[in-house]
Amino acid sequence: MITLNINKKTFNVDVDPETPLLWVLRDVINLVGTKYGCGMAQCGACVVHLNGEAVRSCVTRVSRAAGQKVVTIEGLSEKNDHPLQKAWIELDVPQCGYCQSGQIMSAAVLLRENKNPTDKDIDAAMAGNICRCGTYLRIRDAIKLAADKQRKGI
Amino acid sequence: MKLHSKFGKTYFLPIKTIAVLSIFLSVIVLMSFSFKNESTSTKNEIINKDSVESVKAFMDVYKVLMSPRCMNCHPSGDVPLQGDDSHIHTMLPQRGKDGKGIYAMKCMNCHQPTNLEGLNKPPGNPNWHLPPATMKMVFEGRTPGQLAKQLINPKTNGNKTLQQLIEHADDGLVKAGWDMGEGRTVPPMSHEEFKKAWITWIKSGAYAPKP
Repeated sequence: MITLNINKKTFNVDVDPETPLLWVLRDVINLVGTKYGCGMAQCGACVVHLNGEAVRSCVTRVSRAAGQKVVTIEGLSEKNDHPLQKAWIELDVPQCGYCQSGQIMSAAVLLRENKNPTDKDIDAAMAGNICRCGTYLRIRDAIKLAADKQRKGI
Repeated sequence: MKLHSKFGKTYFLPIKTIAVLSIFLSVIVLMSFSFKNESTSTKNEIINKDSVESVKAFMDVYKVLMSPRCMNCHPSGDVPLQGDDSHIHTMLPQRGKDGKGIYAMKCMNCHQPTNLEGLNKPPGNPNWHLPPATMKMVFEGRTPGQLAKQLINPKTNGNKTLQQLIEHADDGLVKAGWDMGEGRTVPPMSHEEFKKAWITWIKSGAYAPKP
């Protein structure tokens, strides 16, 4: 039995410690906002926060998350009102949407560590998140808008 | 004990204090000799100068350090290299100040504490990182002479003494070069052979080949 703290709730899961965290989130706990893309840490669709860092859950064994704090897209904010979520809606960022939870979770780490990111900062931080629809320019604009909202506290 | 000076004043001679100080000073003198002996013997262990043997050993060391498993994390730029052809790492993860990446692109976000099963999975180590921005310790593009000089200079080798350099052969991340997961070639000699060449190079004088 492994004890996990996910989105501030405790879960005891009976799984092989080698199981990727992604499959425990999706198949055992039924948090399906985190997506499976490549399974080898290449695309960023499966990004969640482990103790605040944007880990790729498809290659992170659930044993690494035992007793640690995990946050998924479902737990990023109480009412889907994180500045990034607001900006994403305002600028209508997603097209198919498949990669977007990973994009937002990566962007959240950027905004936590850099309150006013430049284009260069955004490109460097988001280079590991691939979008097949090519929404990169809207993602960049939304991160800037979210940074502005965060600074203004709105 | 009371002493009387010619001016009629009385002084107290602190016998106990003098005795304690004498013992203390004797201990310090004895310790200084013992430290001196230790440092001399360490120095003798390391330096037994033989430029021919030293350079020959370094050329073996060089083959390992320039192999992809070592050089890929000692790039000339701020993005690591990847694969047996040492191409620029996909996704362009950057070094960052501490060598552990930046923002959502930190090394340990993908590289786990241990290797993962299967081809093309990120290799793992609990201490995965590049050299820090303040001391990049570049291997890529260095000639044998340049690399040897860089390795023995504490200002360019991570502030290491020769003794610490010898110990570095058994560093966990160095040894990980021989265990990088499925599908990755290992350096051109065993870790044991590398360590022997490394120590021989240093103990015979750490000479730099030309150029």
